[in-house]
Amino acid sequence: MVHLVVEASKYLMILLFLIYTFECFHVFKYNGDVEEQRHIYRVQRGLLFSIHFDAFLVLYLTTYNVQIIGFYLMQLIVLLAIIVSYHLFYKHASELVLNNMCMLISIGFIILTRISFEQAFRQFIFVCAGFIISLLIPLVLQNMSLFRKLTWVYIVLGVGALAAVAVAGQTSYGAKLSLSIAGISIQPSEFVKILFVLYIASMLYRRQDFHQVLLTSICSALFVLILVASKDLGGALLYFFTYLVMIYVATRRFTYFGAGVLALTVAAVVGYRLFSHVQTRVLAWSDPLSVIDNAGYQICQSLFAIGTGGWFGLGLGQGMPQKIPVVTKDFVFAAISEELGGIFAICLIMVCVSCFFMIINVAMNLRDNFYRLTAVGLGTLYALQVFLTIGGVIKFIPSTGVTLPLVSYGGSSLLSTMIVFGIIQGLYIMQFDNRVQKKEQKLKGGKKGAKRKDTKE
Amino acid sequence: MRKGKTQRNKEFLVIMYLFLGLFLAMMVYFVYFQVYKSEAFINSPYNSLQDLFSEHVVRGDILSADGEVLATTKVNDDGTEHRDYPYGRMFSHAVGYAVNGKAGLENQENFSMLRSHEFILTRVADDLAGGKSQGDNVVTTLDTQIQKIAYEALGNYDGAVIVMEPRTGKILAMVSKPDYDPNTVKTDWDSLTAEGSTALYNRATQGKYAPGSVFKIFTTLEFYRENPESYNTYQYDCNGAFTVDGQTIHCAGNKQHGEETLQTSFANSCNSSFASLSLSLDRSKFQNTCDSLLFNQNLPIAFESSKSSFSLTGKDSKAMVMETGIGQGKTLVSPLHMLLIVSAIDNDGVLMTPYLVDHIQNVSGVEVSANKPKEYAALMTEKEAQFLQEYMRSVVTDGTGGKLAGQSYEAAGKTGTAQVSDSTDQTNAWFVGYAAKEGYEDIAVAVIVENSGAGSTYAVPIAKKIFDVYFNR
Repeated sequence: MVHLVVEASKYLMILLFLIYTFECFHVFKYNGDVEEQRHIYRVQRGLLFSIHFDAFLVLYLTTYNVQIIGFYLMQLIVLLAIIVSYHLFYKHASELVLNNMCMLISIGFIILTRISFEQAFRQFIFVCAGFIISLLIPLVLQNMSLFRKLTWVYIVLGVGALAAVAVAGQTSYGAKLSLSIAGISIQPSEFVKILFVLYIASMLYRRQDFHQVLLTSICSALFVLILVASKDLGGALLYFFTYLVMIYVATRRFTYFGAGVLALTVAAVVGYRLFSHVQTRVLAWSDPLSVIDNAGYQICQSLFAIGTGGWFGLGLGQGMPQKIPVVTKDFVFAAISEELGGIFAICLIMVCVSCFFMIINVAMNLRDNFYRLTAVGLGTLYALQVFLTIGGVIKFIPSTGVTLPLVSYGGSSLLSTMIVFGIIQGLYIMQFDNRVQKKEQKLKGGKKGAKRKDTKE
Repeated sequence: MRKGKTQRNKEFLVIMYLFLGLFLAMMVYFVYFQVYKSEAFINSPYNSLQDLFSEHVVRGDILSADGEVLATTKVNDDGTEHRDYPYGRMFSHAVGYAVNGKAGLENQENFSMLRSHEFILTRVADDLAGGKSQGDNVVTTLDTQIQKIAYEALGNYDGAVIVMEPRTGKILAMVSKPDYDPNTVKTDWDSLTAEGSTALYNRATQGKYAPGSVFKIFTTLEFYRENPESYNTYQYDCNGAFTVDGQTIHCAGNKQHGEETLQTSFANSCNSSFASLSLSLDRSKFQNTCDSLLFNQNLPIAFESSKSSFSLTGKDSKAMVMETGIGQGKTLVSPLHMLLIVSAIDNDGVLMTPYLVDHIQNVSGVEVSANKPKEYAALMTEKEAQFLQEYMRSVVTDGTGGKLAGQSYEAAGKTGTAQVSDSTDQTNAWFVGYAAKEGYEDIAVAVIVENSGAGSTYAVPIAKKIFDVYFNR
């Protein structure tokens, strides 16, 4: 009987998520019709909570662990709190971005609870913390015009944190990624990437001449080179590509982008020659079954999981995701595809694409160049990270060891992504806030006027 | 105004479409993986997820081509299951075992047998009743009659016999000895895996043997390729031995073969003549020929098998070249490899992909999937194949394979008597070849009899017994 519920639920969840994903794009048909859009967002939230409920029903029935029920209720409260408080405080927040954020977080909760109750619980704590922070960000953003002037703060903080990792970081899978402070392991590069975007935006929002680009590039290179020194090549790639996109958007010159991609190709070849763990990953990518006993083990387990799961999945609690090393972090997508199904997994990609579209949309609707650059930088970071992690898991590209934002386990990754989403919400709200827009325009005029305004606020 | 906005946002749109392209490509790849590539990973013996299915499915049967049950699952009174092998030791390596790990078809076809394509309502009813569905059955290409004669013909010797249809790639029989009883693998495990025991090892596909004189097929082909015009004028006067640089190669029993052509050297399996002609061969060309004939690579079969090895470089001494030319030296081959080569020769140069599973069917006999004969590659030209066919036929009519002459079928092949190592007088007997008869599908065989004697005495009769049964039924 339980088996039947598990089987039925797996099809139901796929159906619900399909509708949810469809609505993510369908909603744009009603641009301007606020009432109809509100209705769609309500439907989405209904679907979100239905999937969440169904998943935890299955998790309970397959384990009979009473803690699951309590944990479910706690999650329900926090998800509701996020949605309600945004509605209360920010009437103009993007409901689609909000829904997608909650959807991705709840999928993370489902798969993490399935794999490790303990990790899921820690993730829950981080979601609570992230919720508070992301709620404050739009407020701060609206009332502080300081962000564009902090160029040197970004560099000092960012480079300092990355250098600390390079010197004192803990090594995992060949790369130095994290710092251990008072027993808590944090990954500074997850937060520094936001500083990095703010830094480039602050450099280029006013001047885009060659001299300025060169200056920006030199400091950006510092960030990237430190990451390379820590052997965090996934991170280095992320930073470098984001830098390229931002330079391109700011200067409007495709030559920079083309030259950068060329340099990236050269760097990839050099990296391949230089680092043995890169060679290992490339070999594991090209023919994983031939090296299944060592380098190819992880990717093979991932592909076994995805393949055996098929389109409809094995059903929650029915697979063996623990077989995949670091499944809750870099390879969480494989676990989702295995148990919830390939269709569900594709919908998940589409939801991430929807998030990315929204971010670029925000960027395009803004008038202030600093915010436009910030938005496109954060959007690039987000999209590229999703692409690298999922592409690596399904063997589309060699595995680079980055996490799936909002879904993967990990406090640093989760918090930094929630900050990014908070910033995006803040920028989205600005579109509606003429007052702020005007203020920004005045700011461009002269420093003094701005200062006076600031003190008034 | 609108136009101005698009103009202003051109770069944003470029970036958006760039990522859209990347994501679309990734999703297309995901679909492609699920549809085309996932099978290879799902069916991989390393995929431990397969075993999850046994919770809801009773493992299916393995059947022979003639419908006999080779392996089946019996449900005990207390609901536990055990695997039953009605033919016992006879099919041990081909069918394999499924306890303490897996081997043979039990390993390769594990997942097929753990999936159920039973009628959907029956499965739902089973599920509601808390029962299991019946897994699909694997119908093999193995023929119980041929397997039985091959198994019995090898007798108490260690070694291997493997039989295939050259025009289809179907494996009809696969025997390896020493063998084991698959019914009692669990209880016998300690002795089966004890130091020195090789019973679990499938010699037919994984054995690595010195090829001895059967290797002269390769040497002859290489000589033919290097001397396409003049090979017919080759002459050698055999006095029973050939010496270069202090290394002497003897003919079997120091027999003096006298005046020989290339063809009579081949039919007589004259070591002196082959040692002499080996020295004239271009080493790197010889290496290329052997590499193109499946040496140093995985054999094209979905079954556990080992790579054969061959190497000849400028650094090797003349003695090593002579040894290599007559199939001693460093060369190692598996019986399966030799079978594939003679099959390709019989099939005018084209190797058909060998296979052991004819089709998968559900419990009521409805076909789920099927293997059809597939060309693997042309290993040699038709002309080269016909040249070797003629030479291998003369082994039977005028040479060491005489025991196969004068039958209702027309046999061809090559014998071999391989020295196990320099330190012993022990020899392994080889025969590789094929036979044809009007109204029958051709069959090819590879036979190796360990620690016996001459190929013509010990291996040829086993091949003959198989041909006799096959072509008289």
